[in-house]
Amino acid sequence: MLESGFQDRKREQRIIATRSAIAALLVMLALALLVVRLLHLQVERHDHFSVLSQDNRVKIQPIPPTRGLIYDANGVLLAENHPSFSLEITIEKVTDLDATIEALSRIIPIDDKDRARFARLKRQRMRFQGVPIRLNLTPAEVARFSVNGHRFPGVDVRAELVRAYPLGPYTAHVLGYVGRINERELKRIDARNYAGTHFIGKGGIEKAHEDLLHGEVGHQQVEVNARGRVLRTLESQPPLPGRDLSLYLDINLQRATTDILGDRRGAIVAIDPRNGGVLALVSQPSFDPNLFVEGISQKDYHALLYSPDKPLFNRAIRGQYPPGSTVKPFVGLAGLIEGTVTAQSKAYCPGYFTLPGHSHRFRCWRRGGHGHVDLRAAMAESCDVYFYDLAHKLGIDRLHARLAEFGFGAVTGIDLAGELGGLLPSREWKQRVRNQPWFPGETVIMGIGQGAYLATPLQLAAATATLANHGHFIAPRVVRASRASEPSRSTPEEPLPIVEHQIQVENPAHWDTVIDSMVAVIEDRHGTARKIRSPDYHIAGKTGTAQVFTIGQSERYDAETVPERLKDHALFVAFAPVEDPRIAVAVVVENGGSGSATAAPIARRVIDAYLGGEPLPPEEEEKRADGD
Amino acid sequence: MATNTRAAQLDRGVDEPLPGPLRRLHIDAPLLVALLGLCGFGLMVLYSASDQSPLAVERQLIRLGIAFALMLAVAQIPPNRLRNWSPSLFVAGCIMLVAVLVAGEIGKGAQRWLDLGFVRFQPSELLKLAVPMAVAWILAARPLPPSRTRILLAAFITMIPVVLIAKQPDLGTSLLVASAGVMVLFIAGLSWRMIGALALIAAAAAPLLWFGMHDYQRERVLTFLNPQSDPLGSGYHIIQSQIAIGSGGVSGKGWLNGTQSHLEFLPERNTDFIFAVIGEEFGFAGILALLALYLFIILRGLVIASRAQDNYGRLLAGGLIMVFFVYVFVNTGMVTGLLPVVGVPLPLISYGGTSMVTLMIGFGMIMSIETHRKRVRI
Repeated sequence: MLESGFQDRKREQRIIATRSAIAALLVMLALALLVVRLLHLQVERHDHFSVLSQDNRVKIQPIPPTRGLIYDANGVLLAENHPSFSLEITIEKVTDLDATIEALSRIIPIDDKDRARFARLKRQRMRFQGVPIRLNLTPAEVARFSVNGHRFPGVDVRAELVRAYPLGPYTAHVLGYVGRINERELKRIDARNYAGTHFIGKGGIEKAHEDLLHGEVGHQQVEVNARGRVLRTLESQPPLPGRDLSLYLDINLQRATTDILGDRRGAIVAIDPRNGGVLALVSQPSFDPNLFVEGISQKDYHALLYSPDKPLFNRAIRGQYPPGSTVKPFVGLAGLIEGTVTAQSKAYCPGYFTLPGHSHRFRCWRRGGHGHVDLRAAMAESCDVYFYDLAHKLGIDRLHARLAEFGFGAVTGIDLAGELGGLLPSREWKQRVRNQPWFPGETVIMGIGQGAYLATPLQLAAATATLANHGHFIAPRVVRASRASEPSRSTPEEPLPIVEHQIQVENPAHWDTVIDSMVAVIEDRHGTARKIRSPDYHIAGKTGTAQVFTIGQSERYDAETVPERLKDHALFVAFAPVEDPRIAVAVVVENGGSGSATAAPIARRVIDAYLGGEPLPPEEEEKRADGD
Repeated sequence: MATNTRAAQLDRGVDEPLPGPLRRLHIDAPLLVALLGLCGFGLMVLYSASDQSPLAVERQLIRLGIAFALMLAVAQIPPNRLRNWSPSLFVAGCIMLVAVLVAGEIGKGAQRWLDLGFVRFQPSELLKLAVPMAVAWILAARPLPPSRTRILLAAFITMIPVVLIAKQPDLGTSLLVASAGVMVLFIAGLSWRMIGALALIAAAAAPLLWFGMHDYQRERVLTFLNPQSDPLGSGYHIIQSQIAIGSGGVSGKGWLNGTQSHLEFLPERNTDFIFAVIGEEFGFAGILALLALYLFIILRGLVIASRAQDNYGRLLAGGLIMVFFVYVFVNTGMVTGLLPVVGVPLPLISYGGTSMVTLMIGFGMIMSIETHRKRVRI
């Protein structure tokens, strides 16, 4: 068997023994290298890898806070968090996805849009996460699924808190609404605090008081596996819920006011002069804010956006109208303060006013004129010439300064998002914006609230409240107080700060003079608003009619022939009771015709609704009663 | 062949224990104990790495049983018979490799399996045994050290299956098969000059190899060089395994407490990357113990090789045990980031049957070589 000799065998054995020994040495060398590597990983860099391993498995998850609730002055819930039910499929628990969806669609309607959304979300989520196949299940659908649920392993009904506005359109323009956070908002918000939040206030109170309503995010430390599935909670810090808000708004008055305005386009703002609280704020037409919460459909959104009636437009705080004759009380007061007129001094109204050395006639609404009128008569009958003359004598600078004190030309600072400031013209404004000098004629028409002069219904209501307060201006507010959120509502309320100032008048009797003249508007036998006189309390008010287009020198306004959208806006400002004012109202009805016929009765009904007076008897629609 | 009893007794007295019952069953006790210890530890780790699934342990236990039975069966075959089978086994293996390339089944993107109707079979596994057997057969036919012609012949027959397996493609196995040929040559006394020349050729062939690689293989090499270049893609395995090992520290997180493995951050944790689970749960101390066990087995194999009866037995035992070492080093080197990722399991610990059966048959051959020594004093 072995051909070699003994020596050869010995030699071969030696070779193999040597090589085996070398091999053993190499093996030990290689294993030593491995041990050095392991020492490096497990001893030298142990801390580093421990941190990495910890980072792998422990994740910090945000817990979003519950949004604060909103209550009206009487404790009626206006904005709540409603559980919304959706049907979710957990992919990994379902064996045949298509068959499951098919079977589901036999008990709960599932349309193509649902399927498309499901397909899209399925790609974005992990297999163990639920993917919604249907949103907004009705209670009946939830019940139907519960009965059949056992047939669908891996399909669950999931509840999420979604904002709901039970009064819908009645409160849309006050509360605003919440919606999904968009990209622009994402840049603005505190990313940490909104880490788990999907919704943000988009308008109204929801936007203005976002900080209070949102609350503070909580956190939980969870252990996750490589696919992100949460296995257990290691530590958690609960969120601080958003604060509940209580409003000055009286939902009964808000509803009544909305119904009184009806389907007319316009706005009504009612303020409690004693504290600046907004009792009602209506802009019509309105919309259902609930549509926006979970994302409005393109079709619905376009319908709202492109409707000629502009339901999304908040006329109460963003609608800027020529105030018309409703400024006359403020102009009159300016005259009294500046000594330009007295309560007794009279002006002669021939039906028109001309500036010295000019031929242009500034017409009074009554062609024949009012003859000799003092402030009271001029106010009651809304004589334009008296106020042309007064404005001319005051001059633009003093007129501007006095009107600005009432808040015209600037935002009132109400706690609603998106308020506009109107426009109170001045020399400086004209130079800056139009690069032109001020013309005396512009002062004249400003005396009756025309020209470039614009005011929002809110500004008119705030100015009227200030008048009722004898010059105590309080910035109007919707929210009265906030409190820590809890069901029993027993935690102490924290009132919101008040911004106020006092208009200084040397002779306080001027206030009564002007207020008395405003009472005459309703109670004088020639008063433009004499039809709304109440047997229960005294109202001080002023009618206004604002031109939508300029009437030529020789033309005459004829309500019959003017197209609907070019008709005058009807305005009325009022407060009551005169002795102890509790409500100040501004009414603007777009293309409503005259203030006395349209706006004044509306104001009276609003005041009745609040003060509980005997209701104004329904009357036949007047075409054009007494002037503006 | 006649037996000289006295000489046999003398021989025994010098370097052999008395024949006990294990000896009669052709079992090498030290090797058996070490292998059983290794497999026991392996089952414990596997239980943890398989999310405490008794099923995985049960299956592995069945495989181990089969593998140990095969080891025992092979240990009964005298080395002479193994030598006689060597050439035909090698030829049959190469034919099957060709068959795999022509009609093999595709699994995980590579053609490795041959369906024989009743059993699915990886011919490349057979070659892990057939190549060292054939090379030992060629080299043992002439006195050692081998002549240049023999070396070239041995190198040539090694390259045939290596190339065929690399084509499947299965880089890990072809590497192991190539190392089997090389290791036998090394034990046979391949001159250092030839070893130097082979190393030079290998270095020169490296660029050629690069261009011959599949994209995923190239990516593995690049990832090895810089795992952070793609931490969630190709670098993920190696980064996560190093985190697992490093976070284990000296004493480990404890059995069943490895977060990297139990929370599934560590991929392939019960197969190719099971070494990282050991590092995480048993720490540096546990790994040292494991490596000591491996070292013991390898040294025992080398002892058996060096005192075997004839050259064929010496070369085969030495070659087989060195392949076992290559297994251990390639796997641990890959998991610790010393070597690029190559699909080589951790021998006798990783979940899976094929390589385990091959390895245990190899150990059966080693035991056969040890226990069939003729009691002849020459």
